Amino acid sequence: MTPLKHILRSIMISIWFMFLTFPLMVVYINPLNYTVTWRWKNMIMVGIGTFFASFFWRRFQNRTVGNNDKPSLGQKTLNHIYTSPEISRMLLGVLILFTLSFPFIFSTYQTNVFTTALMYVVLGLGLNIVVGLAGLLDLGYVAFYAVGAYSYALLNHHFGVGFWVALPLGALVAAFFGILLGIPVLRLRGDYLAIVTLGFGEIIRLILENWDKVFFGPSGISNISRPAFFGVELVEKSIPHAIKYMYYLVLLLVLFTIFFVNRLKNSRIGRAWIALREDEIACQAMGINKMRTKLTAFALGATWAGMVGVIFAAKTTFINPASFTFMESAIILSIVVLGGMGSIPGVILGAFFLVLLPEYFRTLGDYRMLAFGASMVIMMVFRPQGLISHIRTKYNFNAKEPLA
Amino acid sequence: MDNLQVELQYFLELFLGGLTKGSIYALIALGYTMVYGIIELINFAHGEIYMIGAFTALIIATVLNIMGVNHAALVLLLSAGGAVVYASAYGYTVEKIAYSPLRNAPRLSPLISAIGMSIFLQNYVLLAQTSNFLPFPKLIPEFEFLEPISHIMGSSEFTIICTTSVIMVLLTILIKFTKIGKAMRATAQDKSMALLLGINVNHVISFTFIIGSALAAVGGVLIGSQMGQINFYIGFIAGIKAFTAAVLGGIGSIPGAVLGGLVLGWTESFGTGYISSDYEDVFAFTLLVLILIFKPSGILGRNTSQKV
Amino acid sequence: MNVILDVKNLTMDFGGVRALNRLDLDIRAGEIVALIGPNGAGKTTFFNCITGIYNPTGGDILVTPPQKKTVRVNGVKPHIVTRMGLARTFQNIRLFQNMTVLENIMIGRHCRTQSEILGALIRGPKTRAEEEHIVHYSYALLKKIGLERQVNEFAKNLPYGDQRRLEIARAMATDPFLLLLDEPAAGLNPQETTDLVDLIHKIRTEDKISILLIEHDMKLVMTLSDRIFVMDYGKKIAQGTPGEIRNNPVVIKAYLGEDSDA
Repeated sequence: MTPLKHILRSIMISIWFMFLTFPLMVVYINPLNYTVTWRWKNMIMVGIGTFFASFFWRRFQNRTVGNNDKPSLGQKTLNHIYTSPEISRMLLGVLILFTLSFPFIFSTYQTNVFTTALMYVVLGLGLNIVVGLAGLLDLGYVAFYAVGAYSYALLNHHFGVGFWVALPLGALVAAFFGILLGIPVLRLRGDYLAIVTLGFGEIIRLILENWDKVFFGPSGISNISRPAFFGVELVEKSIPHAIKYMYYLVLLLVLFTIFFVNRLKNSRIGRAWIALREDEIACQAMGINKMRTKLTAFALGATWAGMVGVIFAAKTTFINPASFTFMESAIILSIVVLGGMGSIPGVILGAFFLVLLPEYFRTLGDYRMLAFGASMVIMMVFRPQGLISHIRTKYNFNAKEPLA
Repeated sequence: MDNLQVELQYFLELFLGGLTKGSIYALIALGYTMVYGIIELINFAHGEIYMIGAFTALIIATVLNIMGVNHAALVLLLSAGGAVVYASAYGYTVEKIAYSPLRNAPRLSPLISAIGMSIFLQNYVLLAQTSNFLPFPKLIPEFEFLEPISHIMGSSEFTIICTTSVIMVLLTILIKFTKIGKAMRATAQDKSMALLLGINVNHVISFTFIIGSALAAVGGVLIGSQMGQINFYIGFIAGIKAFTAAVLGGIGSIPGAVLGGLVLGWTESFGTGYISSDYEDVFAFTLLVLILIFKPSGILGRNTSQKV
Repeated sequence: MNVILDVKNLTMDFGGVRALNRLDLDIRAGEIVALIGPNGAGKTTFFNCITGIYNPTGGDILVTPPQKKTVRVNGVKPHIVTRMGLARTFQNIRLFQNMTVLENIMIGRHCRTQSEILGALIRGPKTRAEEEHIVHYSYALLKKIGLERQVNEFAKNLPYGDQRRLEIARAMATDPFLLLLDEPAAGLNPQETTDLVDLIHKIRTEDKISILLIEHDMKLVMTLSDRIFVMDYGKKIAQGTPGEIRNNPVVIKAYLGEDSDA
């Protein structure tokens, strides 16, 4: 298309959008005292905005059409980093140094935000086992997160159980729930599974909200103990210390998770998960127990969510059902898909992207959620495989002949 | 004897309440089921289209009111008509922006895109208008002939049930007997074959979104008028429920969506009436989970065996 | 030779359609048996019944693994059938497209190995030894079918003929005693078909695996098979050696139609 055609087309699109946004953006009603404000300025802004947006969208799409399969420059660089051990080792060193010294360089607030981001890294990596590796679309992941958080909160409230005891317990309870739900549900095909898990997530949240006697209803549970440090309770006064401690704790969990998921990915079970995602019937024909393999992935993902749930309860010292809405599941799922399904660095990047950007753009106020939604759409349209696509392990046989 | 009469009347009330609610679910569920039938996508933004329909109607009705237009039928016609037009336009645009570029992408991508679109539209309405609940004018007039039974069925319930029934009949005629309806069914069966037979698949998909959105807008207007208030968040839960209805009835099946909506409406109505009013949504989701586990293809869905 | 697969009276109904009608078939150890018949005769349904994807409506499928007792496998889950030693390929290739060639075969080793999650986490000597075994065994198989240079290639990027061979190798990785091949030569060029014939011979003689194959390429069927079963409309209409089948009037009629006087 010639630029002139582009421009004409963009004008048409901008007129369309001016029409589309007219009632909602131009007319502002106050039905209480029957007044209408006409905001014509908005219309002009929409017109100009969509014109340029459409113009560049078209240019960009024209450019990307046809070379979808080729790795981009970024991908190539990443491949290079992956394959060259020196660079990756150096980068890893810098990264570890940075994350280790983070609480000492930045403020308590920043540390807290970063801890949240790291928690989402773990959640993302956990869900990545389920969605990215095994290909099971779980839209109710937050339910297991809630199970973990409430396990700790209730145990702490009633019996004074400490964090370190609750951590494995919470994980175990979540895993149990995962298996309980998984057995009937994992027989279902992809989309049905998505809806059932979504329904399950909502049921859990609604029960938490309505069963006041057991779960304290919408007001939630407060005064949950922070984790003790080798048996020493950290007193409330030293909140900055507690935050730093929490940071390192989550960091440790992140490292462990990365290590674990990485090992799993290239193990017998991990390969079975990926194969299952690719083709269930061929998988069964290869002697893989479909249900059992799916169930392990599902339960393992739940375990991780449960662990992070316990940590979440300990970090905020207060939980209520509002923290476990479907939106939360959607964000965790977006971390996985946006980052690149199955790819560990992708998920980490996705978590930072989705947690830190809205956090630091708080000044944008309500616009950040708008931008969040828009970026999800734009990302999917222009890069459906995610920020970093999954790379399979390569085996090298050139060095020596393998024994057969 | 008196006791029995009270019981009976209570039952009837719940039955009609469920029927009303179920009709609205059915209207929204149709959009889900038609879209799913054609492109196998759970259109998460569909609930938002319904919300936008309700908002548009509210805005038009308010503006007309301030301008001094008081003729009830005219206000109803203009606001409902406007809602349908705008909702369809939004539905069409959403498909063009968020789904059509992803026709050949991995299965999860359009779903994520849909979730993003849903978040975007919610916040768009929130920013453009308000986060508060807005009072929704009573667009449906009181019918005099309903006076004697007004304690069990009001005029809005009556209107909802009638409108939905008429729409169902019209939709069935559209799908069964018109050219575009045939094209839709062909596309749902086999997209590539439909393409080979000269059906413009993109048009069919756009048309499906437009019809689905229009139905959702009607649902939005009706529910707004009945409940008397709306906000930017009403689309989310209604969307999930309507999707539940669609799955319940057998996704992809149009009579199934209607049946699913009604079953869901009754379940909620009787559940809250006889068991506990706190768990309205729990009943809905429990029903969904149970149906999917025991009959994944839904009540009217066909059992499709996987081809090997 | 002893019978390793004995199918008696096998019947499969889909709703009102009878896809398999009282079918009998047997395979003896070391045999190459072909199952032929016009399109829609029910050959693939037969495979699906044997491998546990469908649960047949009636009849018996008896499997006798070497040095083991006879087992009835009607309705047994597919992965268990594979573990017993029956492996298959698919008519429309079902490789794990986004996994590498080597990984595809490694998946085949899944049912002959044990390591679980804990093993993967700790990666102790046992797990490492097993992993090494999987990799080397799979690589050896790749060499056997001549795909060793494409080890790290994605399965989807292989040419069609190579994909067919990879699928056979993947099935062999499960250590079967009977290999079920569903139209292995479909879509292959003449050279590839010749290679395939060699490969199948090699599998029988070197690996001592019996073979049941569905095929439309009559030249291949006639040169390869010891015995042939012919199906039409879900029924067995003939069986015998290639020589017998070639001259069987019933078979000719089934293939060429009622009115043909050929």
